[in-house]
Amino acid sequence: MGAEQFEPTFPKFEPRIVVFCCNWCSYAGADLAGVSRYQYPPGVRIVRVMCSGRVEPVFIFDAFKNGADGVIVAGCHPGECHYVSGNLNAERRVENTRKALDYLGLGAERLRLEWISASEGMKFAEVMREFTEEIKELGPSPMKSRLNRCENHEISRD
Amino acid sequence: MAKEKEGEERIGVFVCRCGVNIGGVVDCDEVARYAATLPGVVCVSVNKFTCSDSGQADIQEHIRKYNLNRVVVAACTPKTHEPTFRVCCEEAGVNKYLLEFVNIRDQCSWMHIWDHEGATKKAKDLVRMGVYRAKLLEPLEESEVAVDRNALVIGAGVAGMQAAMDLGDMGFHVYLVEKEPSIGGRMARFDKVFPTNDCSICILGPKMVEVARNENIEIMSYAEVVEVEGFVGNFEVTIEHKPRYVDVDECTGCAQCAEKCPVEVPYDFNEGFGIRGAAYVPFPQAVPLRAVIDLESCLRSEGKECKACIKACERGAIDFSQEKKYSKVKVGVIIVAPGFVTYDPEPRNDYGYGIYDNVITTMEFERLLNAAGPTEGHVIRASDCKEPMRLGFINCVGSRDIKTNVHCSGGVCCMFNMKNAILLKEKRPEISCYLFYMDIRAPFRGYEEFYNRAREIGIRFVRGRPSEVIEKENGNLVIRAEDTLKGVVRNIEVDLVVLGTGIVPHSDIEKISKMLKIPRAADGLLMEAHPKLGPVDTVLGGVFVAGGASGPKDIPFAVAQGSGAASRAARLLVTGKTKIEGITAASDESCIGCGFCVDACPYGALTLDEKENRVMVVGAICKGCGTCAATCPVGAMEQRHFKNVQVEAQVKNLFALA
Repeated sequence: MGAEQFEPTFPKFEPRIVVFCCNWCSYAGADLAGVSRYQYPPGVRIVRVMCSGRVEPVFIFDAFKNGADGVIVAGCHPGECHYVSGNLNAERRVENTRKALDYLGLGAERLRLEWISASEGMKFAEVMREFTEEIKELGPSPMKSRLNRCENHEISRD
Repeated sequence: MAKEKEGEERIGVFVCRCGVNIGGVVDCDEVARYAATLPGVVCVSVNKFTCSDSGQADIQEHIRKYNLNRVVVAACTPKTHEPTFRVCCEEAGVNKYLLEFVNIRDQCSWMHIWDHEGATKKAKDLVRMGVYRAKLLEPLEESEVAVDRNALVIGAGVAGMQAAMDLGDMGFHVYLVEKEPSIGGRMARFDKVFPTNDCSICILGPKMVEVARNENIEIMSYAEVVEVEGFVGNFEVTIEHKPRYVDVDECTGCAQCAEKCPVEVPYDFNEGFGIRGAAYVPFPQAVPLRAVIDLESCLRSEGKECKACIKACERGAIDFSQEKKYSKVKVGVIIVAPGFVTYDPEPRNDYGYGIYDNVITTMEFERLLNAAGPTEGHVIRASDCKEPMRLGFINCVGSRDIKTNVHCSGGVCCMFNMKNAILLKEKRPEISCYLFYMDIRAPFRGYEEFYNRAREIGIRFVRGRPSEVIEKENGNLVIRAEDTLKGVVRNIEVDLVVLGTGIVPHSDIEKISKMLKIPRAADGLLMEAHPKLGPVDTVLGGVFVAGGASGPKDIPFAVAQGSGAASRAARLLVTGKTKIEGITAASDESCIGCGFCVDACPYGALTLDEKENRVMVVGAICKGCGTCAATCPVGAMEQRHFKNVQVEAQVKNLFALA
């Protein structure tokens, strides 16, 4: 992992990834990635929620609307959820949202569900690197150009 | 939504350099300059260490000087430092839920150590997300609930007994529920215990009596917890009392009934060696020392009118009219100590156990060694009742094995097998003992010396996992193993093989985990709240765990955990009240009563009020996961502190600068 890999060479496409992390496993896993200095591209942004079960499809669509090229919902491994079964709710919801993304033409492959425990810092970084590469292959989210074309659109900030 | 409120929020942003941890990568001054331009931000400050005394004083000064009502700290991670800054805010009069923590170290500067520009840009984005979220944060109050001053301890092994005794001595009433007819647990079955080789029941027996004598402890033996309702401080527990068919007030434990009982079944206390009647006293030191009738093996279950025990009992204590009873108790805390079991070897895979007469487990060997055991301490083998002169002890059967259980039994079975070999060798020095091991784990005080002693007295250690055990015609066994230190394959003929079986979850663990909703770790055992800093806490408020249920433990460790759990539980019992996290669900009047959230809630904290056609939240049960909020189709259900608008404020500002 060298610096050269992330050096921006214009007009290189740097995917923007949003990760919804549950507080107990995945957010702690992301922290551990940092503590262990496992690097991943800075296009990744983490939003903390208490449980992956909290992540609504609306949040995911909003993320795409606001410039994300890919979204990950990350929670505890099945059976290890801090809230017993919130992660299984997340699993069902992500599955359905992926179908919706296909219908919308964004592509199910831009949304992923990952189980990352508090001890899997390396996995967290690996998933981020791998997903960034995958999104790079796919190219920018089609939602962005569509929104840019829409005259009246402005990204509302509050 | 926030627009009409704008101007009201007075936000202070505090950027931490964390020495060079953040400052060496992220241009903190640039981040602060940027933060100052964000709406609602009235002051910014950059500190070398915001968490230090001076850093916290700086926050409090700014709060007072600028009359701040929101604080954004951009520093390390909320996982470790949010509590610190929450207290800091609260001291200066800002509700602790009006603090927004932005992670620019663990998830930014440390992640992008070579990309200073990218990291700075990201930090600015993260701060922007935090500021917009902070604007929408609402003050929350933690609610306070009273704690019932009774305690429940599940399992009366050495850990549970210790916990019950500590709480009882502190003056709290304890219900000690044990599944078996006697308390004592696994330790009561051991002959001698390492590393001092003192007699197990001789040290445990007095403790059992002490538990029974403690006026604050109510022993409920031969009983099981079947249902737990409620929440921290206010649990309602249903206990099933199995019928003993013996009046415990009349019975004196004389065992006359046991003597006269015509039934013969394998004696479970002796690991199935020897026999007992259907009427029996669990073991001579049992507490309570009362007989019990196992109706399943009693002739009466076959419809026969046997009256042997009734006739034998001078006090007329036998009572076949007893039935299963249920009782309910209210407790404030629960200590879970159901213990462990040892791995049950499979005949096909585990060295012929169950097929060859002379392959036994270490627990069975323990009973053979015990002077109170089925052979009165004489080690004999099953095939010809002869005393074995050569023994093979095999470690790690059902542990550290990818086929059965990859986890190590924490050194307990290394020591256990070694101890049994030493005891035998001390009794009969002419006996040869081979101990097959992968690695010897002897980690605590006196254990290494114990290992050295085992070698000094002539136990032969063979480093290698045996591939197979073959039975010869005379009942002798050949252990085939690669001696990995010598680099040769060895075929060692022995008279008896003892399998050092690993520690695996008790069958009750799954039941308890489901009943109380305590998560289980990868090894199937109960998970503690934090592997280092919360070893006896569980993620559930008011529920604690001790002993072998949360991982393999030796006796001192189990006792320490019992005391630990008792003192953690006593914190709640002493104060008589506890605070409940403010991050909970709340529904509003737009609820349509569809009840989707009721099904999604893992805790049963939601109830559908059919009259009002609206879902109500029981705050004290709600743990604040927010699954209901995500499930609600109309947005009537909200998770406090993670409301839709609060999360969306972050999402909308994800990539403002990129």
